[in-house]
Amino acid sequence: MNPLYAELQWLPRVPDDFSDRLKAVRNSADPPGGALQALASYFLDLNQLNKLAKTIEKARAARASLDPLTPFRLAVLSNSTIDLIVPALVASAARHGIALEVIQPSYDQVAQEALTPDSKVNSSKPDAVLLAIDYRALPLKLSPGDADTASATVQGAIGCLQALRDGIKANSNAVCIFHTFAPPAEMLFGSLDRALKGTRRNLLDEINRELADFTLASGDVLLDVAGIAETVGLADWHNTQLWNMAKFSFSDELIPLYADHVARTVAAIRGKSRKALILDLDNTVWGGVIGDDGLDGIQIAQGDARGEAHLAVQHLALDLRQRGIVLAVSSKNTDEAAREPFEKHPEMLLKLDHIAVFQANWNDKATNIQAIADELSLGLDAMVFLDDNPVERGLVRKLLPQVAVPELPEEPAYYARTLAAAGYFEAVAFAGEDLKRAGFYQDNAKRATLQKQVGGVDAYLASLDMTITFQPFDATGRARIVQLINKSNQYNLTTRRYTDPEVAAAEADAEVFTLQVRLADMFGDNGMISVVICRSLQPGVWDIDTWLMSCRVLGRKVEHMVLREILEHARAAGVHTLTGAYRPTEKNKLVIDHFAKLGFAKVLEEESGLTRWELAVEGATPESAPMNVVSLGFLDDKEKLLA
Amino acid sequence: MDEGQIYARLTEIFQDVFDEDSIVVTPALTAKDVDGWDSLNHIRLILTVEKAFKMKFSTSEIGSLQRVGDLVALIQSRVQA
Repeated sequence: MNPLYAELQWLPRVPDDFSDRLKAVRNSADPPGGALQALASYFLDLNQLNKLAKTIEKARAARASLDPLTPFRLAVLSNSTIDLIVPALVASAARHGIALEVIQPSYDQVAQEALTPDSKVNSSKPDAVLLAIDYRALPLKLSPGDADTASATVQGAIGCLQALRDGIKANSNAVCIFHTFAPPAEMLFGSLDRALKGTRRNLLDEINRELADFTLASGDVLLDVAGIAETVGLADWHNTQLWNMAKFSFSDELIPLYADHVARTVAAIRGKSRKALILDLDNTVWGGVIGDDGLDGIQIAQGDARGEAHLAVQHLALDLRQRGIVLAVSSKNTDEAAREPFEKHPEMLLKLDHIAVFQANWNDKATNIQAIADELSLGLDAMVFLDDNPVERGLVRKLLPQVAVPELPEEPAYYARTLAAAGYFEAVAFAGEDLKRAGFYQDNAKRATLQKQVGGVDAYLASLDMTITFQPFDATGRARIVQLINKSNQYNLTTRRYTDPEVAAAEADAEVFTLQVRLADMFGDNGMISVVICRSLQPGVWDIDTWLMSCRVLGRKVEHMVLREILEHARAAGVHTLTGAYRPTEKNKLVIDHFAKLGFAKVLEEESGLTRWELAVEGATPESAPMNVVSLGFLDDKEKLLA
Repeated sequence: MDEGQIYARLTEIFQDVFDEDSIVVTPALTAKDVDGWDSLNHIRLILTVEKAFKMKFSTSEIGSLQRVGDLVALIQSRVQA
């Protein structure tokens, strides 16, 4: 087996004192969450994953807080033995910042659990249901060469999967995570299997394609097990002896890899994927040391084996940037020397324009990475740091454990593959805004420069020529709304996370007032930057269930304009009072005074730091800001038109 | 690798698999004697042994194991082969 994947070689190797450190966590009175996440960040074999999961279960049973891990309840439905997989899922989830609770029904009860309203799975109200089923669970009738029967077989299988989904939706409204199906290695005809309708391989190809289209459209999530199996090889993925002996649907040696993929996916659902890639330069982005070798000496040319390895890193970085990952540089060099290849080397793919923050100096890299995070207004847990130098990697891991730092092999040809294999940037959906995000952060740096130039804040805001657009939730905006709800940490009053179906429910509910807010300015379109959900818990009162904003537009008085919009609709709906709460988390101190600044009166302060606020709709006149206001698609607008 | 070394290595493996430092492996040890030695942990044990000794066992070999002494004999036959 390829050890990059089977042994998760981007993770540091486990230290000899792993068991002792785990015991220390078990016996310590301190909250174990942080220490467990640290221990989970090594490559762990099946037994080590099992031990770690046991410790997590013990802490949960003792009702110990698992902060800073985010709770997630996952039900697993399977036609195979998953008893050894479940602990691996729990431990791997801790690696990705998730306190995973797994609901595991009895063996091979997939349909019963999905379709019965009060089944163990449905009554446990899971956040998501993982349909961990393999091709053996599908009603596959082989009909080589018979296209009509093959098509009916494919539709029958997809119909079964949809029925499971519909049952789960109706009974628990959880997100469904579907496996694609890894075909067995055994061929019937040989290469013809791929082409001929009705062979197992051809059927599974078609089912996988239809399933992929279906999940993309339905807002469910795909776990591409067929892709994982392809990557490691079908012959290694399927262990027929283990299936016969114990009904394991794939090799035990690949459980750590599979579990990490599930954990990434769950973390992505919770908005925990990484957002920025910080690149070292010498021997990472190019071969050689620019300060020693000079512009002519570094290796970056096509046709040079070493150079092509580093070009592959640049290619991957550019592709990531195109899908919205922010790029930054941290290099120990003079600024001038570090910039020279970007400006002058004809073979460089990366240009200075692609880099949002460029830190080339002689400070230690932890300091530089902190500076990059501050400048981008992103948390350290959004950062990935790529560096060929093990000393730098070790230092950053030690000083900034929240930053993901992949191990790299000796051979630069495998740098890009290792970074990609680590899956730091896993996404479960892709919204139009993602395409533009890397640009947003760079524009922000430009705006900051402008702010320095024009002096007064109001003059600056006026100079931005902003247009703010308000709309209720709709299907077009939903993917981005779900994304914001699940990943906004700092400017987020209540940090309530909602899944796609829950957002769709709010959208359709007449008792719920929703806002999606977009902001454009002279530098371009910021896309959707704020989301509000108000629930009418009693007549005449709207409670602000969710109010969040992208930190990209901090200091633009967007929140004042949002309040004005809420008030306008509240008045139209006969609402006399707005209520709201600030629920403190580790990350949202930024908004502790949000309601006070907007003129709300504090009515309650709990010991936990939670505060409750009220505002009388009548007579409330929040400050206005210089921007054009567009309000679209509200029911009361339609009513106005009808009247 | 002599028998003593195999028992020493197996003791480490058993302690790791069953997460219990007090286990000492003897020829007469059976599943009844160890807390948590159920059919699933048996598979986990065998997989761990295969990996540690870099050998694979057949389904019928695994099925015929009654006590730890049988496992040691199986490992020895492979080491000598």
